[in-house]
Amino acid sequence: MKLLTTPGFWIAILAVLAAATLPWWVSGYILGLLTIAYYFGVFSMAWDLLFGFAGEVNFGPTFLIGLGAYGAGILNNRYELPIPYCLAVGTVLAVVGGLALALPALKVRGPYFGLITLVAVLLLQNMIVVFSGLTGGEIGLTVPDVISIDADTNYWLALGFMAVSGLILTAIARSPAGLILQAAGQDPVVTGALGFNVAKHKLAAFAISAAFSGLAGGLVVFYMGTASVGTLINTSVGVQVIIAAVLGGRRTIVGAALGAVFLIAAGELLRPLGGLSTFVVSAVALLVILFVPSGLLGLASLRSAR
Amino acid sequence: MTVAVRPTPALAAAPVAAEPCLTVRGLTKRYGGLVAVKDIDLDLRPGEILGLIGPNGSGKSTVMKLIMGLERPSAGSIRLDGTEIGGMPAHRVARSGIGLVFQHARPLQRQTVLENISLALLPDSLIRLAADPHVARRAKEIAERVGLGAVVDRRPGTLPFADLRRLELAKAIARDPRVVLVDEPFAGLTGGEVSAFSELIQGFRDEGKAVLLVDHNVKSVAAIVDRVFAMYLGERIAEGSAESVMADPTVRRVYLGGSIETAARPEAAFKPDSLLTVENVDVLYGKAQALRSAAIHVHEGEFVSVVGLNGAGKTTLFNAISGLVPHTGTIRFDGQDLSRMKPAAIARAGIVQVPETRELFGDLSVRENLDLGGQHFPKAESAKQRDWLYELFPILKAREGQTARTLSGGEQQMLTIARALMMRPRLLILDEPTLGLAPVILELLSKALEKLRQTTPITVLLGEQNVTFALPHADRVYVLEQARIVWEGPPQRFASEMGSAYL
Repeated sequence: MKLLTTPGFWIAILAVLAAATLPWWVSGYILGLLTIAYYFGVFSMAWDLLFGFAGEVNFGPTFLIGLGAYGAGILNNRYELPIPYCLAVGTVLAVVGGLALALPALKVRGPYFGLITLVAVLLLQNMIVVFSGLTGGEIGLTVPDVISIDADTNYWLALGFMAVSGLILTAIARSPAGLILQAAGQDPVVTGALGFNVAKHKLAAFAISAAFSGLAGGLVVFYMGTASVGTLINTSVGVQVIIAAVLGGRRTIVGAALGAVFLIAAGELLRPLGGLSTFVVSAVALLVILFVPSGLLGLASLRSAR
Repeated sequence: MTVAVRPTPALAAAPVAAEPCLTVRGLTKRYGGLVAVKDIDLDLRPGEILGLIGPNGSGKSTVMKLIMGLERPSAGSIRLDGTEIGGMPAHRVARSGIGLVFQHARPLQRQTVLENISLALLPDSLIRLAADPHVARRAKEIAERVGLGAVVDRRPGTLPFADLRRLELAKAIARDPRVVLVDEPFAGLTGGEVSAFSELIQGFRDEGKAVLLVDHNVKSVAAIVDRVFAMYLGERIAEGSAESVMADPTVRRVYLGGSIETAARPEAAFKPDSLLTVENVDVLYGKAQALRSAAIHVHEGEFVSVVGLNGAGKTTLFNAISGLVPHTGTIRFDGQDLSRMKPAAIARAGIVQVPETRELFGDLSVRENLDLGGQHFPKAESAKQRDWLYELFPILKAREGQTARTLSGGEQQMLTIARALMMRPRLLILDEPTLGLAPVILELLSKALEKLRQTTPITVLLGEQNVTFALPHADRVYVLEQARIVWEGPPQRFASEMGSAYL
């Protein structure tokens, strides 16, 4: 496979291996932050598959994440099913949501589709508040089970999950099917006239993106032991996911994970600034989007391509 | 001006007696009330090149899109080797053996030329994670064939315009279709490139493929087509060999107008100093040269028409004058150099352009649209101007309270022109005002322009591909062809000197 011969692949493997040694020399607090950052990385990578490859601007990544998280969480909270079953059901729910979101995407384009995805988030948010008996409403949902109470285990699980997700998503993006998906995103008319079923490829992209978002959402719930609108569904969470992907580099998949880690690390490093920290992180993100639209990784790969 | 559509005797011009592989019967496409394609019957045989021609808005592109499945027909059938393909989505039409070479290529920018060609060779599969090894080899062969052999590893962004067209051709070849549709095969190409492309297209024919070339006029495709099918306002007006179609009286009337009465005032009748001078102006759109050292001048009070086919560069020329596209060379208006001025400043200096896209405020009423145009003047003056325009276009007075969106195409065009005139321009630029209008409306518009010319000292620069509309009012005519001004003269000499190019 071509992937094995690219230097980026081996650099990524080394980076993951190096990251795996962190529990031996950093504090549990930092491990906790990175654990969340890795799950966020999966959110962003899944989003990049839709934006960077399928050409669909999904302003509501948290709709898919929330379906997976709450689907899994409610099942565990109500029926106390084992975690793997809950995760599976949550993932399936997210995929169904992703396909439902894909249908308007095939009909309307650009800003209109973006609006629909935003509305989907608001709807989900409202549903959670309205059916508070089931969902815990604004207070949040607690789950009786957690994956592990050991910070190291949680960290390694998140790292492994991100690495495997990144590998699968990158492989898809670079495969012939990924090439067709990119063509469909860029010019659906020409792609259709070349004999490719654009709808099929886009639906598949939505399903894959939703599956990874939903599964990651479910894992976050069983890591934290709670699910709440503020941490998983709020549009500001969605904006973070998007900024991470754009910051790291559109159409790179791996860049999205880097962006997520960078965002969370930067937020932490700037914590002494207090309220200003969010502002500074946002300003940096804005500058990157303005001046380096291809993102940090995009910039690096452009350099090496020359 | 109305065009009588008479049945033309079908001329068996194609030397091949083969059974048609593509048969179109009764093909009709309606958009709301507009009938874009009316009851078209068309046959295409293997090893034949058919030219489908017609002026802007004739429905030829719609026919092409209907065949490819990019639009759904309202009625009629399209059969490929006996199988009905009408109404199928594009990807199924493509798989059943029809390919389309698009005019505007948007290739994958981050992939190489070879990868772009390989894309077209892939099966429509979701689970294929690695391409077959033969794909790369086949892509390379195709690249060699279309003349991209030396640039397979480059990215499309670094290629010249003609190579991007070759890439589109390569993608069509890769699908190995039985029927190839080519949209404006030679648009934007230079002479040498045109002959290279002709050879490639003839290569399709020699392989036994059926080829449909869609273009504006017979002349551009005459050298390689076996047969021509001419359309106007959605209907067939002539069919046969290139010569017979060019000689057809209906075709001549559509393209050249019947006997055009011109009323040109000699150039010497105007003040010797030009109001507008365009010298040596070049415009580049990425790789494509849209305007090559263009030079025109317009005197105060003169009515000048710029005639040219679609894509010749008319809109580009006007946009350069209005400061909407970057250009090199000089453009002077009333002694001022416009090159450094912003579009808004140019408009305030007195140049008002009426774009072909109209750009009305659809939700505002006719009167509100007009008042917006006159907002720079005191109320009383604005009202006076509006009354004068109501006199010029009485229909607008009747429609005063209606929103612009609900007007017919012709009424919208009149409103656009009226709104521009509210600004009391010294130079009015009209870009293809006849686009998509029915002949009856053309006549109304034509009368209004004539009245405008006779009753006011206004200077007008009109861009048109419809010669019948452009000539009667003009004092002087320029002809734009493939980004160059190729002819200048009084309208009465146009038919004899330039007419054949407009068939």
